[in-house]
Amino acid sequence: MKLKNLKIKSYLNYILIAAATVFFLVLSLTGNLKTSTAYLLEEMAIKIMLAVSLSLVVGFLGELSLGHAGFMCVGAYLGGKVAAMLVGPLGNSFLTLVIALVVGGICAGVCGFLIGLPALRLRGDYLAITTLAFGEIVRTIFQNTSAETFGGPIGLPTPRFNDKYFYVICFILVLVTLFVIQNLIRSKHGRAIKAIRDNEIAARATGINVTRYKLLGFIMSAVFAGLAGVLYSYTKFNVSSQIFDYNYSIEILVIVVLGGMGSINGSIISAIAITFLNRELANVLTGDLAILKDLVYALILIVIVIYKNAPALKGFREKYNFKALTAKLTKKKAAAASAEKEEG
Amino acid sequence: MEFLTTFVNGLSLGGIYAMIALGYTMVYGIAKMLNFAHGDIIMVGGYTISLFLGANPIVAILASMIFCMLLGVVVEKVAYKPLRGASPLAVLITAIGVSYLLQSIAQMLFGSAPKFIVIADLGILKIGELAIGYSTIITLACSVVVMVALSLFVKFSKTGRAMVAVSEDKGAAQLMGINVNRIIMITFAIGSALAALASVFFLLKAPTMSPTFGSLPGIKAFTAAVIGGIGSIPGAMIGGLLLGVIECFAQAVPAISPYTDAIEFSILIILLLVKPSGLLGKMRREKV
Amino acid sequence: MAESKKLYAEDGREIIIKTDHLCIQFGGLKAVDDVNLEIKQGELYGLIGPNGAGKTTVFNLLTGVYKPTYGKVYLCGENLTGKAPAEVNKKGIARTFQNIRLFNNLTVIENVMVGLANQIPCSVFTSVVRLPGHKKSEAEFYEKALEILKVFKLDEFKDYLAANLPYGKQRKLEIARAMATNPKLLLLDEPAAGMNPNETQELMDTITFIREKYNITILLIEHDMRLVGGICEKLTVLNFGTELAKGETSEVLANPEVIKAYIGE
Repeated sequence: MKLKNLKIKSYLNYILIAAATVFFLVLSLTGNLKTSTAYLLEEMAIKIMLAVSLSLVVGFLGELSLGHAGFMCVGAYLGGKVAAMLVGPLGNSFLTLVIALVVGGICAGVCGFLIGLPALRLRGDYLAITTLAFGEIVRTIFQNTSAETFGGPIGLPTPRFNDKYFYVICFILVLVTLFVIQNLIRSKHGRAIKAIRDNEIAARATGINVTRYKLLGFIMSAVFAGLAGVLYSYTKFNVSSQIFDYNYSIEILVIVVLGGMGSINGSIISAIAITFLNRELANVLTGDLAILKDLVYALILIVIVIYKNAPALKGFREKYNFKALTAKLTKKKAAAASAEKEEG
Repeated sequence: MEFLTTFVNGLSLGGIYAMIALGYTMVYGIAKMLNFAHGDIIMVGGYTISLFLGANPIVAILASMIFCMLLGVVVEKVAYKPLRGASPLAVLITAIGVSYLLQSIAQMLFGSAPKFIVIADLGILKIGELAIGYSTIITLACSVVVMVALSLFVKFSKTGRAMVAVSEDKGAAQLMGINVNRIIMITFAIGSALAALASVFFLLKAPTMSPTFGSLPGIKAFTAAVIGGIGSIPGAMIGGLLLGVIECFAQAVPAISPYTDAIEFSILIILLLVKPSGLLGKMRREKV
Repeated sequence: MAESKKLYAEDGREIIIKTDHLCIQFGGLKAVDDVNLEIKQGELYGLIGPNGAGKTTVFNLLTGVYKPTYGKVYLCGENLTGKAPAEVNKKGIARTFQNIRLFNNLTVIENVMVGLANQIPCSVFTSVVRLPGHKKSEAEFYEKALEILKVFKLDEFKDYLAANLPYGKQRKLEIARAMATNPKLLLLDEPAAGMNPNETQELMDTITFIREKYNITILLIEHDMRLVGGICEKLTVLNFGTELAKGETSEVLANPEVIKAYIGE
């Protein structure tokens, strides 16, 4: 077993993210980090958490969820509410944040359990519509709360935590998310989850407790979406339910699909790229041109999915993919080297 | 009286949902895919009507239906056909992409602000205390006609029976000499034409159109199709009418009216838990 | 309870699997009607019959995919009737499928490691937090899986994706995965389907080999008469869901009723 090789590779994403965080922290400590960049970093961290957690359900468990924003909504509202209530007695402290995270995560996890239950009975498209419905239900409920409870249509006012360095906390949570989900995937439980994706009937016949793993997948995915929601509530002064509509769920799904299903690193890169592009393009494309961005995303999404999945393109894909190309190059190099040797 | 008005309004709204749901359910039955972009065809239909309104409204409606038919066929050929035989997830995500594409194209052409599109002002019918818009009555009548016509078409025409055959077993249908690609194309054409027709009735109810208009009715109609049992034509009709009536009654009660959408979706989830294949859907068991 | 008492045949060997008037009805159709199997420890038993006779349905009844309308299934005297497939597997019945069902996007060795899941304990918490137990169990998974792959001569393909294996090897991998669950009874559903004579011969050798090595009881469905006649000791012939004949292989294959069912009048 190539244990050593595997080790560096499997920790690479932690190392890179931690290094980047430290780099930006040094920048901001020396006063060289623009506030807008700090905000962008917060947004990226939240998107990474959402994408990685959704990837667990869609990419690894193989169930389509169109309600991921719903779990985030639960986390944002309940975590945000707890934070707003605790700011008085505890102050806007680290402790307040931790309690908000715990409450938001647990509540989202409970919702994940509730959505996991139909997932045991429903297949594919039916489950997709159920998750979509769940997201809309959650949003509608928060939208119609009274001003004293969750703010209703005006939104819930939430505290902001130490403006400047909040992105560091966000990235620490990204590392936690990665740690938990990646470790789960790279274990016997992860193998079981992937086995269910590949062939549920065979998984059952092989003694895999499908019920348990489906619920585990949904709950874990929801918990981290909830945590992302709590962070989101901290980055805004006001949480409004309109944000968490089904388009938001789709946006996260698009990130996961573009990153490549079943690839956590793909999800991370794709989340960073899309958040960055969103920001940059929003500055360049103003007014009616803003829609060009959506147009291009839609086109890219369609082209990539067709390219990656069309049965007719199978031969083409096998011939011209990244792996085959690198394999070819290394082979050529090896051949050239051996030729040189012979000549020498 | 109020009860009756609400009920008729509900049936009329349900008729529109049923019309859209038919598109979903036929495509699902025949191409085994969820056409997420179906709702956006409604929006395209609405805008197309506005382009032709200078002429006769009937001409505008026909032009819109023809354009949507073509659009539906083109979308199927370009985006869905290459993925036939691929995983359902891939097809669904492509459909979501198409939905976004249509919305952003519409926004580029017509702007994001809602646009007023008045096809006709039909007035209100008053019988004693009962007051019902003529548009409601026309909607109801048309949807009944459409549903009956479609049922007859599927049952008795050669093409219709070929559709049933394809939805039962694509491979066997092909071996029996049915041109499956042609049948799928026709299904998309019919579904899209019905979506365009639905936009007419939405515009008669409230004369505004925006690029994202199709999303919610699309999702609602899809919900209706699932409640009725996706793949089943009578199921889509029953599901649509049921959902329309529920929506109108929920909106008529002030205490619960803000939660209308939540109520409709909750009914969906509960129903699916009790009866995972919908009211009239067939349970397909994977063969071991 | 009497139900979990071990059963023994007259010759003193333990009866591994016993079905008691097994029946299942789909709508009005009796797909399996009054099937009584009794297979002794270490036996290689064949289940044959024309297409649509209900052979695979019997497998589905034994493994909990279907619940019988009537009748019972006993494994080593324990009543398994109505248990879910995963539960049945844990009790000791493993199977392969007529249309191969591998975990296509997992590697060959991972497929076997999934099969080992219930043999090597490791909690979710241990895995997620990476307690020392995780590393130990993973090493154990890897070693045991490799050992099994070697038995099936698949070890050189261990890092291939299961989907990329040639057909004959896929069938073997499915058996390897089933064996990894440490079953008392192995059900093979047409293991030689689609194989050429060489591959069939290789498969026969593998089956005889694992049977001796693990001293396991095997029930197999097969159409290939050469394979059935070559390795099965006893047979049950199904026709229209009912038992047409059963007994020693040579006797059953010579039975005129059986010949009639297969070849027609």
